[in-house]
Amino acid sequence: MNEHAECKHLLGSLSEYVDGVLEETLCAEIERHLADCEDCRIVVDTLNKTVYLYHQSAAQVSVPEDVRQRLFRRLDLDDLLEP
Amino acid sequence: MSSNTNVETINLEALKAGDRAEFARLVESHYELVYRLAIKMLNNPQDAEDVLQETFTKAFRHIGGFDGRSSLSTWLYRIATNEALMFLRRQKPGQISVEEPQGDDEELQKPLEIVDWCCLPEEELMSAEAQRYLDEAVSRLPSSLRAAFVLRDIQGLSTLEAAEVLNLSETALKTRLSRARLQLRESLSSYYGKKLREEGKRT
Repeated sequence: MNEHAECKHLLGSLSEYVDGVLEETLCAEIERHLADCEDCRIVVDTLNKTVYLYHQSAAQVSVPEDVRQRLFRRLDLDDLLEP
Repeated sequence: MSSNTNVETINLEALKAGDRAEFARLVESHYELVYRLAIKMLNNPQDAEDVLQETFTKAFRHIGGFDGRSSLSTWLYRIATNEALMFLRRQKPGQISVEEPQGDDEELQKPLEIVDWCCLPEEELMSAEAQRYLDEAVSRLPSSLRAAFVLRDIQGLSTLEAAEVLNLSETALKTRLSRARLQLRESLSSYYGKKLREEGKRT
């Protein structure tokens, strides 16, 4: 990131920007800035990708069956454990 | 709440009266959410299992006091998040960085890693090694930022829901989320940047 004061000023808004929930004026300001700041464009793209990769990774967690069984046993609910 | 559970079909009256079958249904519909939260917060399957068991043990004990002001899922998330945070505090009492209050007004650190790794192939971005790196990067976040990030970006809660779980204003939640994301972007950029350089050498 270069030394533009503007880069720093906009940094705190980038998270809301990638969520698409930033208010219009700031959003336009960011887009104007991105048009001629290559470094900030990279930060935005990689920030976006970071969030995307974590969304993807969430789907990959599965609970091992023995963990589920031990949980029901610990809660004295093993008679209600459905196969 | 953005879970795919049938929480609406759970009979709250029966639950509060101590009906075991109803509680079993609550466990069945929520244990995956709680486990995922715990494992992403703690990055260790054994610790995650402890938090999972402790969360439902507490839920069973305290369900009589559930006042319905939040949804059942939010209530469970709150217990689980507190358990995970308590676990972290016990585990690393000497590590100040975990306990350090996150001054939400503190100046953001300027991004240092400026490398466009978005073009890496999907199998590289999502490899098992990358996955481990992603999890480790989360576990290096200060716990308050970690909780905000895990609830919002991994569990997929809305800003409002995540703020409710953590008892924060939406603005405070957004600030923590922004800090967490920028720190993770920094970590991932250093990891994938290295991969990109390796790839460049091969071709």
